[in-house]
Parts: sequence; structure tokens; C-alpha cells
Amino acid sequence: MLRAIGFLGFIFLYIPLILLMAYSFNAGDRASLWVGFSTKWYFVLFENKELLKAAGISMRVAFFSATIATFLGVIAAFVLTRNKRFRGKVLIDGMVTSPLVMPEIITGFSMLILFISMQKFIGWPANRGMTTIILAHSTFCMAYVTVIIRSRLVDMDSSLEEAAQDLGAHPIFVFFQVTLPVISPAIVAGWLLAFTLSLDDAVIVQFTSGAGSTTLPAKIYSQVRQGVTPEYNALATLIIVIVGIAIITAMQIMNRTQRMHHV
Amino acid sequence: MINRIASFVGVRGVIALPMIWLLVFFLLPFIFVFVLSFSTIRNGMPPYEPVVNFKDSFLQLNIHLSSWERFFENPIYIGTFLSSAKTAFIATFLTLLIGFPMAYVIARAPEARRHLLLMLVILPFWTSFLLRVYAIKTILYNQGPVNQFLMKIGILEVNSPIQFLNTDFAVYLGIVYTYLPFMILPLYANLVKLEESVLEASSDLGAKPFWTFWQVVIPLSYPGIIAGCMLVFIPAVGEFVIPDLLGATDTKMIGKTIYVEYFNNRDYPMASVLSVVVLIVFVAPFLMMRKWQDKLAEVNDA
Repeated sequence: MLRAIGFLGFIFLYIPLILLMAYSFNAGDRASLWVGFSTKWYFVLFENKELLKAAGISMRVAFFSATIATFLGVIAAFVLTRNKRFRGKVLIDGMVTSPLVMPEIITGFSMLILFISMQKFIGWPANRGMTTIILAHSTFCMAYVTVIIRSRLVDMDSSLEEAAQDLGAHPIFVFFQVTLPVISPAIVAGWLLAFTLSLDDAVIVQFTSGAGSTTLPAKIYSQVRQGVTPEYNALATLIIVIVGIAIITAMQIMNRTQRMHHV
Repeated sequence: MINRIASFVGVRGVIALPMIWLLVFFLLPFIFVFVLSFSTIRNGMPPYEPVVNFKDSFLQLNIHLSSWERFFENPIYIGTFLSSAKTAFIATFLTLLIGFPMAYVIARAPEARRHLLLMLVILPFWTSFLLRVYAIKTILYNQGPVNQFLMKIGILEVNSPIQFLNTDFAVYLGIVYTYLPFMILPLYANLVKLEESVLEASSDLGAKPFWTFWQVVIPLSYPGIIAGCMLVFIPAVGEFVIPDLLGATDTKMIGKTIYVEYFNNRDYPMASVLSVVVLIVFVAPFLMMRKWQDKLAEVNDA
């Protein structure tokens, strides 16, 4: 009984996604009524200049956001795990983890208010666009990166670092020559996760984007609100396949190095 | 010497960077939102009266309580909070009903297969939230696969589909579908520690499998159940995408109301009031409970 429900649960996880992908090969022009097999929607998709432009913006936003988030996340995770107690640790700890549970709509809205106020007081950023999206995405992605790298640092045997320090190595040298190589798979995984999270955001971007900086998820979102078309199913299929491969690769990297360290 | 001082300051600066970033881009925005909740709407850009004003080199505070008064006087706002909590509660319970058996199956699977099953749970979770909601929308259309299937096997009469889309059912299904991994992972972490010998002891003492499950397995997995339910309930209660894409136009969910106040009504102060209340009522207790759990874990470790 329990097994049967559990098994059905796995089917439940995949059926909607599989059907979504199947309908991208529908010959009809409605996303939900099956007419026949066709690949024409993929060709229609590649002629949609607006979508290609939005995809380009999304890629750039995701690249910069993931890079900033990873840079900040590595430092934050290191400071939080390698210092037992310091002033403001509770505050920083709270700030690092709370974006994980914050409703996106509130994150987006508060970012908008921040940008309006900043523009008023210091004149920067002058208007909303790619810069403001990147600032907002870096902030919420940083929380996820920190969590991943932190758990790796906690697992890591700190006697390695202590040994290097005892032998007279400068802390900075220890960080770059001992710590960084050990946590590098977690850094790669964190970056990839941040990249996919940024690429998936359709809510925060509603508040932080300006004219001419519409991202791909924002485009998908406004289309899905009106109804679904096979063209968007084709787009969704491509995204699922590409991101799926990236995720599996990241997980493989994480697992292989974990196994290596267990030996 | 000078080099050493320079590198010391440099290191300090780099270490301080994420903290400064979070103060500016995470804490400061919430302080601004809190302040903005004491403002009032006006025509113009931005569409609200400034609360803090510099005039003739004096700092002026213009505090309006009108948004807060409207929040407490208009039953629609409180009602939306209650109905969000109800929706999130029901959806969380449904997620538990499906997630628990799945976590149990994974935890009881041979060790070699566990990794694969966990990966199967996590994979759609990281793929794309938006596209998973889209997938649910695709299958629920009146001419969509679910209705077609029900008509084919004769549960529904031909050409009389059920209206699934834009109903509460679709919202529940959307939440269960997208948040299932949040439920399964903490449950799994808990169930995998359950010793086979405990179950054997129970059955040796004559308990039927169902009784063992109800009286032994479930009580032992309370920490996992609580963690999983919190991880589903908290984001679900503030959910915007799911009620917006799958629910009826008059679905009362707080995330959607914040969006409507911001986008349709351009009432930023009201959106701020609602955000502040969500943070106080739903997010803050969760963070405090986590702190408390961490403390408890520290005490247990010592």
C-alpha cells in the first residue's frame, strides 16, 4: 500500500513534465488538443526574434548574478564556518539564510523600493534594467550558494588548514592553496545552481526590470498567463533538457569528489 | 610592514564585502518597506508621499497611519490572510500524504538505489519552478490530457469535461506538485536513520504492519514531519505564481493581493503594510523556530 503510493508519487512527479514536452511536438496550434506529430514549432521558435533577445538578456543576467553570488557566497560561508563567535554573527547568519524563506513577491517589492530610494538619494541606478535585475538576483542567489558551500566547509576536515597554518603558512595562502581546492566542486555546483535560479525567476524581475530588459521567464510568464501555445512548449522543452543536463553534471561532480574524500 | 598592514586591511575589506552587500541589498530594503507602510498614496512618481524629508536643513517625519487603519478596518485584508493560511495548510497536508510514502520508499530501498531515487526527486525540483507550474496548466485544460483520459476510460461523459483550471483544486495541485521535494528531503533524512531492528521488535511483539507504522514509524519521524511541513507551508502561504496562473481570478492569496496593490492599484504603502504583516506573522516565527532548533542541536551535541 505504502509502496504503491510511493511509486505513484514518482510517476506524478514526471507525468506533467513529460506531457508538457510531448505537446511541443503537436501539429495543431493549441497546446492541449493533440492533432498529430510535428516539429514545426521548433522552427517557429527559432524565428521569434523577441524571444531570442530575451533569452540573450537572461543568459547575461544569470551569468553575472551567479558569478557575483558565488564570490560573495564563498566569503560569507568561510567567515561563518571558520570563526566561532564574533560580533554580529547572529545578524549575518540570519541575513544569509532568510532569503531562502522570503516570499519572492516581498523580495521583489522591497528591491523596487530600495532602487527608487537609491535613485532619489544618490542618483544610482538611474533607471531599472539589467543592472538592477543583477543586483536583486545576486542577493537571493547568494543565500543558496552560501548554504551549499557552508555544508561542504563543515564536512571538510579542518586539520588540513590547521596543519598548513602550523607550518607557518599565511592565512590567505592557506585559503587559496588548501581550502579553495577542496571546496571547488561545491563552488562549481553553487554557481550552476545560482545560474539556474536566476534563469528561472519570473517574479522578482517583474519589479526590477525596466523597458527593454525583459528576461525570458518574464516573457514566458506573461504568455502563460494568457494561455499556452505549442511554441512555448517547445521553448520549455529546450530549457528543461539543457538545465537538466547541467544539473545532472553538477550532481555528478559533487558526488564524485565526495566519494573521493571518503576513501 | 606597510605591506602587511595593507594586506590586513585588504583582507578585512574582502571579508566585510558580503556583509555590506547584505546590509544594503537585503536589510535596508525591508527597513524602507517598513517606513513606507507609514506613507500615503499620491499622484506622481514615486506614487507615495515621502516619510522622511529634508526641509530647510531640518529632518521632517510625515507619518500616516491611514494604510494600517485600512488594513485593520477592511475585512478583506484579514480575510485574505486567513484564506492564504487555509490554502497553504490544506496543500501542506496533501503534500505530506504523498511525500511521506515516497520518502519511506526511498529510505527503505537498497542503498545502491537510494541515490538514484533521491536524484529523481531533486531533478525536477531544480529544473524550473515556472515550467512545472506551466506543466500543470497544460494538463488541466478542458481539452487537456487529464480530461481526455477521464473521458476515454468512461469516468466522464464525452464532451463534458470538468473545469479544473482556475479552481482551488488547481492551486492545491500546483503547490503539492512544486513543493513535494521540500517535504520528501527532510522526511527522508529522518526515516533513513530509522533502525530496521525497531520495526522487527515491534512485529516480533505481535504488532501488525499497519500498527507498527502508526505507532512506531510515525512518532519517530515527527522531527522530519515538522521540518517538511514548515518548508512547504512557509513558501506556499506567500505564493504568487501558482494562484496567479492556476487559481480563479478572485483567489484570495496574500502574495497575489500584494501584487495587485502594487501593480493594479499602485498603492505602494498598502503593499508595504501587507509585506510587513507577512514577515511578522509567517516568516519571523519560522526563523526563530530554526534558531531554537539549532540551539537544541548544540545542546544535544555537547
